[in-house]
Amino acid sequence: MRAIRPRSRGAAENNVVTIDTDSAPRVMFFGEDFLCEDLPVGTRVIYPRAPLVGLPNPRAAIRYALNHPEGMEPLHALLEPGMKVTVAVDDISLPLPPMARPDVRETILDIVLEMLADHGVDDVHVIIATSLHRRMTDSEIRRMVGDKVFDAFTPDRLYNHDACDPENMVTLGKTAHGEVVETNKRAAESDLVIYVNINLVPMDGGHKSVGVGLCGYESLKAHHTPKAIVDSDSFMDPRHSALNHSVERIGRVCDKHMKVFHIETALNNKMFDGPMSFLMKNEDDYTEVDRLKFQAIKWTLDKTPRALRREVFMRVPAAYELIAVHAGATEPVHEKILAKCFDQYCIPVEGQADILISGIPYISPYNVNSKALNPLLVQVMALGYFFHMYRNKPLLKKNGVMIVAHPCSDQFDPIHHPSYIEFFHRLLPETRDAYVLEKKYQDEFAHNPSYVEMYRHGNAYHGAHPFYMWYWGQAGREHCGKVIVVGSDNATVPELLGWERAETLSEAIAMGRSYMGRSAQITMLHHPPILMTDVA
Amino acid sequence: MSYELTAMTAPHSRRAAFYDVDGTLIRTNIVHAFAWYALHQPTLMGSLRQSLSTALSVPLFLAADKVSRKAFNELFYRYYKGQPEDRLVTLAGELFEDVIKPSIFPKTYDLIEESRRAGCEQVIISGGLDFTVRPLARHLGIDRFIANRLEFAGGVATGKLCKPFIAGANKATIIRDYALANDIDLNNSYAYSDSYSDYPMLAAVGRPAAVNPDLRLRSVARSYDWPVLDLR
Repeated sequence: MRAIRPRSRGAAENNVVTIDTDSAPRVMFFGEDFLCEDLPVGTRVIYPRAPLVGLPNPRAAIRYALNHPEGMEPLHALLEPGMKVTVAVDDISLPLPPMARPDVRETILDIVLEMLADHGVDDVHVIIATSLHRRMTDSEIRRMVGDKVFDAFTPDRLYNHDACDPENMVTLGKTAHGEVVETNKRAAESDLVIYVNINLVPMDGGHKSVGVGLCGYESLKAHHTPKAIVDSDSFMDPRHSALNHSVERIGRVCDKHMKVFHIETALNNKMFDGPMSFLMKNEDDYTEVDRLKFQAIKWTLDKTPRALRREVFMRVPAAYELIAVHAGATEPVHEKILAKCFDQYCIPVEGQADILISGIPYISPYNVNSKALNPLLVQVMALGYFFHMYRNKPLLKKNGVMIVAHPCSDQFDPIHHPSYIEFFHRLLPETRDAYVLEKKYQDEFAHNPSYVEMYRHGNAYHGAHPFYMWYWGQAGREHCGKVIVVGSDNATVPELLGWERAETLSEAIAMGRSYMGRSAQITMLHHPPILMTDVA
Repeated sequence: MSYELTAMTAPHSRRAAFYDVDGTLIRTNIVHAFAWYALHQPTLMGSLRQSLSTALSVPLFLAADKVSRKAFNELFYRYYKGQPEDRLVTLAGELFEDVIKPSIFPKTYDLIEESRRAGCEQVIISGGLDFTVRPLARHLGIDRFIANRLEFAGGVATGKLCKPFIAGANKATIIRDYALANDIDLNNSYAYSDSYSDYPMLAAVGRPAAVNPDLRLRSVARSYDWPVLDLR
């Protein structure tokens, strides 16, 4: 392992650093490990913004938001004794990794449920808005909502949404575009729905909370399509996202039938804290202690089995802090929270890249506490999320080369991702064409009784979920001229994904240059924590 | 090869779902059913004698089951020798209400309902006896069932099963014959079982699933990436 050389120049003052002859090597995630690589001179490295300062008193901020909402009466004014209330909560897919306790949802639920009780509202159910994600386990729910709420409401009044339960789903109608609007029956029949959201990335929140979080398969089919993804430029920019436009249409139909009081939150990007806080830094600014810490961690990881490394990473919570909370009507609330998200994440960048480098970490929204970041999820992180982390223009030029670093092991969690296994090993060898897969196989997987059973009563993602993961990468697949994976431990996975392989980053860069030209502009996204680019 | 196929309804579809019963859809097994019959003999002494005999034979049953399911069946069904057919059939309804119905796994209903919604023809294929399986199939709304039949002579059980035995590799053969006769596409069909002894049946279809599996079947399911369900 190469050491990070001592700093030889002043700390970078902005988030876009250009590598020069005495720059330190850069640290990038490589699954449950790190790579430490020298980059060619002239390479741009884009760093996340420093975490915005957290609100000094989150409980007071939440109470203020409830009492001074946007476009609605204060929450207390909406409550009447004897009314039926459903509180829906975002699931374990965010934030990533799960935040240190107390989770912001616990804090909000404490305040909201106390307020409901004070106003004589006893008919209250708390539903985890999982959509077609896996059911959360009891211990995960307890961690998220806190002991007090869990003990008081489980199991009859605190439970996971079940999109495949025909008894408890209801169709509200269709949008003007013919999109089916299907939602949770309990929520639809409630006098008031209170949605507790965390807006980790700009595609979260807004009408997506109720319109997707509580929906069923038929509703999701309207916008979770390869076409919607390709028509989204990008899906992280709601104004230019066909996916978001469809979700908004669906959400507005929900709003016609349900009174929704939305509580949205934004977190800062303080993902690493304590001994890991050096990961938030520019490597040129590492102190001697930082370098030693990195080398010690790298040495330990190299000596540790992958499964154990994974367990250790999953046990390290993020030190996120609340930076904004707003409540009230869905759209004005979301607008304010989105602005805060963009403040935290967006980095202005001049010009596109010919070659884009990105390390892939161990976690995604869909594998929290899973046994692996399986190949489909590696793909969705690369060509879905990381590719789409832009506004205005993609960071990567059309037909450019994307280089990703991940072992790409052929490993799946059979409890969480059973249908992914069949998708990857049965369907991808037949075709990678998302449109063909959608037409030919999606319904079959969605209605496979085994997958339905594992979704409803086990902890599996819905049978159709791997299709969405593949569609999420469709715009990236169509945009990139080539994808090269560094460090894959096998040939099969890259081949099935349609990617090329390189043993080292240097080899991948050489391959990229031979495709894009010697003067290719190279850019590395230094994440996580999350960042987005505003490309001029 | 011939076996009795009992049609509960007569739908036709291109796909089917084949279910093992004992340990898969219900908690009990054929020994429980027999023990119930042993307890419900016409006389008190008869009940005592049969129950004692059944209890003492349990180690033997376990040993035979280790050798093969076929050996177990041959040994086990001898204990029905001398039982009048009309009595067995008459008491089957009571057996279902007292023993089988309470032991149906709660999620069994959801699985069958979902499978029906997916357009699958529902077929039970069980090593249990036909007269004990019939009320279960009717209760679950399952279209067809294939089960073992006791041989009767002069209205009295001989203690032998009619061939072919519904067990092990025979289940796979029967499923293939059934598919051929009913225009079922096995590649798009499902099979559910809890036991490694049903591996041939599971391997005969394109969409097998291990349900509440024993250790060997769980290991096979993991190796072949079959879904593992827990209906308990």
